[in-house]
Amino acid sequence: MVLSAVSKAAVQRILQHGWTKPVLFALALWPLTGLVWAVSAHTLGPNPAETLIRSLGDWTLRFLCMTLAITPLRQWTGLSALARLRRMMGLFTAFYAALHFSSYAVFDMGLVWADIVRDVAKRPFILVGTAAFVLLLPLAATSFNRAIRWLGAARWQRLHRVVYGIALLAILHFFWMRAGKRNFGEVAVYAAILAVLLGWRAYKASRGTRYFMKLGSHSAKG
Amino acid sequence: MLLPKNRGFVHPIASDITPQSVFHTRRNWVATMAAVAALGPRVAWPQTSAAARGNALPGARSTLPGAMTMEKITPMADATSYNNYYEFGTDKSDPAQHAHTLKTRPWTVTIEGAVKKPGTFGIDDLLKLAPMEERVYRLRCVEGWSMVIPWVGYSLAELIRRVEPTGNAKFVQFVTLADPAQMPGLRSSVLDWPYLEGLRIDEAMHPLALLAFGMYGQVLPNQNGAPLRLVVPWKYGFKSGKSLVKIRFVEQQPATSWSLAAPQEYGFYSNVNPKVDHPRWSQATERRLGEGDLFAKKRPTLMFNGYETQVGSMYEGMDLAKWF
Repeated sequence: MVLSAVSKAAVQRILQHGWTKPVLFALALWPLTGLVWAVSAHTLGPNPAETLIRSLGDWTLRFLCMTLAITPLRQWTGLSALARLRRMMGLFTAFYAALHFSSYAVFDMGLVWADIVRDVAKRPFILVGTAAFVLLLPLAATSFNRAIRWLGAARWQRLHRVVYGIALLAILHFFWMRAGKRNFGEVAVYAAILAVLLGWRAYKASRGTRYFMKLGSHSAKG
Repeated sequence: MLLPKNRGFVHPIASDITPQSVFHTRRNWVATMAAVAALGPRVAWPQTSAAARGNALPGARSTLPGAMTMEKITPMADATSYNNYYEFGTDKSDPAQHAHTLKTRPWTVTIEGAVKKPGTFGIDDLLKLAPMEERVYRLRCVEGWSMVIPWVGYSLAELIRRVEPTGNAKFVQFVTLADPAQMPGLRSSVLDWPYLEGLRIDEAMHPLALLAFGMYGQVLPNQNGAPLRLVVPWKYGFKSGKSLVKIRFVEQQPATSWSLAAPQEYGFYSNVNPKVDHPRWSQATERRLGEGDLFAKKRPTLMFNGYETQVGSMYEGMDLAKWF
């Protein structure tokens, strides 16, 4: 609806091109490359651990937003080829989340598990972030085609709807982390993006339910 | 606890002795000063040195017990770019970026309340009030990081003695500048402005409580609290108010900004204490900044930030978990 038929066809062709996925893969690794470079060049500032952990958290949230944006974008633009990029973006979200968590565990907690457990229990924002990460693991683990076949499409889809809950936990994690200084500017931006992406799904679902209910009542009569 | 004989300061290990680079910096600086002095007063100062900008503020090495830790000094670039000074923004990099709008001249500090000689001191009078000393203190932030900073100033007690507190002066309140025209961070509601801090009178009179005008041999950079600030090394960093404009001697424990904002998290005393956690995080360890190594282990936080020998007696018999 947004794109003219000609440009839509062109974008669709680009999305289906054999190089699209490798290029996207390389782009998705770019933030990590930058951070690894900054670590080795000692340009992460006076508190490199803090900068590293926070940057990885930022990128986790960005990849989560990009992953959740794919389906609404596909529906708004009719670019059906976007769907083939969704799994890679979802896996990169899990990848950056794993790096975020492990850099916290290693650089902030010195990988002392007793301290990590105590810290997770003590700080609500750490607890919420950890919960989001743990919930992300089964989704990453069932991302391949055979898992969909094993679980059955319906069950697989139900499982993967957990990502909406993960999004809410992630934004709460970010909100609580910034609450100490009441610095909510960036939190509001991510919250607004997620509100649109999740709100759109809720809107579609409510319309869909009514549509199917109507359809059901008709067929019952028919 | 088994303690070594009290020699007044901690001298832990040989490797903590001032690094050669710092030592040479000082030697170069001394050499520059000597060269400039030799050229005579009419010759312009070299444009590149701190002295050229009129920024030099030397101090004699302090002989006060505990005032010269031998630990590795944090690089000045880190101590002047990673700051909590919310009047200029809440990000660590905000003060260094935005504090250039702070006007440190003219500047006055008003002394009022329970003193025989209240009044207003100009910054130039305060600079001449007592001999400048260099003191190398550990700085422990309540957030869990620490630095080692060479400050220049003199004991707050020097000023307090001159204004002659009366018997009613049980506490001292410190009021810092809050000018929206100079401080963009005042638009934020994170704290009530102006930023207020306070000490008990015996804490304020303790010789380690420093009225600082400089650091690293130079006048304080704006982001570090120019033109004068408090440095109370055995308390969490936020107790050391920056850019002071008023010192008030009072009978009742005064309001302090953080305990107004979150009374269950920040107490009036806020002594560094590894055994009393912040409600939201542990205070047992700290990250020493400026060591450049991502894999460096956090170090254990010391009771009273390592100044227990000097200040512990002020808190004898107090339940430090209650009076946190």
